[in-house]
Amino acid sequence: MAPTMRVFVPGDASAVSVGADEVAVAFEAAGAQVVRNGSRGMLWLEPLVELDTDGGRVGYANVTPDDVAAVLAGEATGIGVVDEHPWLTSQRRVSFARVGVVDPTSVADYEAHGGWVGLRRALSLSPAEVVEEVTDSGLRGRGGAGFPAGVKWKTVLEAASDLKFVACNFDEGDSGTFADRMVAEGDPFTLIEGMTIAAHAVGASEGYVYVRSEYPHAIAALRRAIEAAYTHGYLGQDILGSGLTFDLHVRVGAGAYICGEESSMLESLEGRRGEVRAKPPIRAIKRLWGRPTAVNNVLTLCAVPMILADGGAAYAELGTGRSRGTQVFQLAGNIKQGGIVELPFGVPLRELVDEYSGGTLSGRPIRAAQIGGPLGAYVPETGFDVAMDYEALAESGAMLGHGGIVVFDETVDMARMARFAMEFCSIESCGKCTPCRVGSTRGVETIDRIRAGQDVAANLVLLDDLCDTMTKGSLCAMGGLTPMPVQSAIKHFPEDFDTQEIEQSGAPV
Amino acid sequence: MEQGASELMSLTANGSADTGTDAVVREVAAAHRGERGPLMEVLHDVQERLGWVSRESVQAIAAALNLSVAEVHGVVSFYHDFRTEPPAAHRVALCRGEACQSVGAEALYDATRARAGSLGAGVDVGEVFCLGNCALGPSGMLDGRLHGRLSTERLDALTEGWR
Repeated sequence: MAPTMRVFVPGDASAVSVGADEVAVAFEAAGAQVVRNGSRGMLWLEPLVELDTDGGRVGYANVTPDDVAAVLAGEATGIGVVDEHPWLTSQRRVSFARVGVVDPTSVADYEAHGGWVGLRRALSLSPAEVVEEVTDSGLRGRGGAGFPAGVKWKTVLEAASDLKFVACNFDEGDSGTFADRMVAEGDPFTLIEGMTIAAHAVGASEGYVYVRSEYPHAIAALRRAIEAAYTHGYLGQDILGSGLTFDLHVRVGAGAYICGEESSMLESLEGRRGEVRAKPPIRAIKRLWGRPTAVNNVLTLCAVPMILADGGAAYAELGTGRSRGTQVFQLAGNIKQGGIVELPFGVPLRELVDEYSGGTLSGRPIRAAQIGGPLGAYVPETGFDVAMDYEALAESGAMLGHGGIVVFDETVDMARMARFAMEFCSIESCGKCTPCRVGSTRGVETIDRIRAGQDVAANLVLLDDLCDTMTKGSLCAMGGLTPMPVQSAIKHFPEDFDTQEIEQSGAPV
Repeated sequence: MEQGASELMSLTANGSADTGTDAVVREVAAAHRGERGPLMEVLHDVQERLGWVSRESVQAIAAALNLSVAEVHGVVSFYHDFRTEPPAAHRVALCRGEACQSVGAEALYDATRARAGSLGAGVDVGEVFCLGNCALGPSGMLDGRLHGRLSTERLDALTEGWR
């Protein structure tokens, strides 16, 4: 091999889960220069190796160590130039523009791909002007609640305190979501830049990223990137000569889904049981260690550098209605082609599933999709024409959540899924309020009775009443939204709860 | 308990193990000195070094961080990650999240639990809710390493060295 070949072998956790580390070792052993990039988000192709050529980065899908020699010799069959792959070119990548493209360990590579432009511009503006720019962009919280980021920041900016914090909620616990993880692993400097801009905007000097422990690759990637950012003067004292001091720390969760709930996450950050806090005090003012704190999701913060670089108006041009910008959809579950699809808000669910998923992995017809994680609604295939934005989904009785879409084929037992929603809540409830702590266990028992055919009609009424109590009486979204998957399953798939029909069909109850 | 000379030895071993716990906790606590609310970080590090969080560790951590034993115990018992028993020789954590369920995770979980012994001696099979690998399920962690597209056959192959 004459000149050293440069290959990209994703270090993304999903790629690693199907053998990327072994492939990277094999390329190194063969003398190639290996860059561990993030994943392009076409996860069914992983490990997706890219060979740097004069004509662009040529992709090779599902590479194993045995394929390495053939790839380097130019004898393997590739998928063409990855940047021209239709799955990617049809998307509008904003938050994911650099993920899979850049070397996530290189500050210089980040800069070469447009990094730090937003931070430089932000530092030339006053904090109030930065907040205004974010407000103008229409950016809303991507963790699920959709609260306007600019409004949140304004509250923190205006709260007088000698110490303020920026906290990033990276407790991405919803099944079917992995966008936070992929951006943190593939483009961690964007999150650092977004948090530094946030610090300038609200007057914070310390930042915390709360990462779930189930994400060891992301934790390592972030720690590595933070160290590099310090070395190059993008974190620490007098950032880029602006006088801004900002220290950023990574804190690791310990396997508690509830810690994705904001007040629970703050408790956990402080080193306590992740029990939900009752409100008031008012959000944003008395938060972390009693100080004003801007708390945002990973993707919210990752949208900020682009908003500051190109202006809030450019971001607001994308999207629909009150849902501005792009949404990072995550296609998951029983599908052939899962991964990241970033598009402006408002795209119909059917378009996402039909044009990107490639059908079910099992080859059977699609029956349902759960949108927005374990607390999100089950949508029947006949309801897939709904537009994917905050308002349209809410109107149809569903929610966008963090943008995860989990597809199920016709073999799914919706009564079982409803039971699982209650079981999950009973396992993960923080225990602070009764509707959630006790209600979830009673919910499991009631659904068990329904599935066993005991007083089905009466127990369905009881279950509905229980759901109503949980919805209205829970302190946070855990108990408050667990009824959403349960009731949507009953509403759209009543046949799965009617044991007589199941018995007649001969299926096991 | 063994008898005679070996009992004496095991006492010595226990004695030094206890001192070991104290020393490790002191070291870990010192490494986190000056950090705000370091309890979770300290617990992670102690578990990383000692394999689990014993009663002795809880007491030592409480003393080192100037917290009550009840506070530390409360945190340890709240989070799934902290083990209050010595760890198994090998750990399998299979994802039971909805995305993995859509591709057969529940059946794999039940079957793997039922045949844990066949994977090797001292194998613990537990559950986890989402590893962020939802497009390549069923997913699981084997001794802390993430694997996707798991099946009974793949689990057998991946755990070959355990037997």
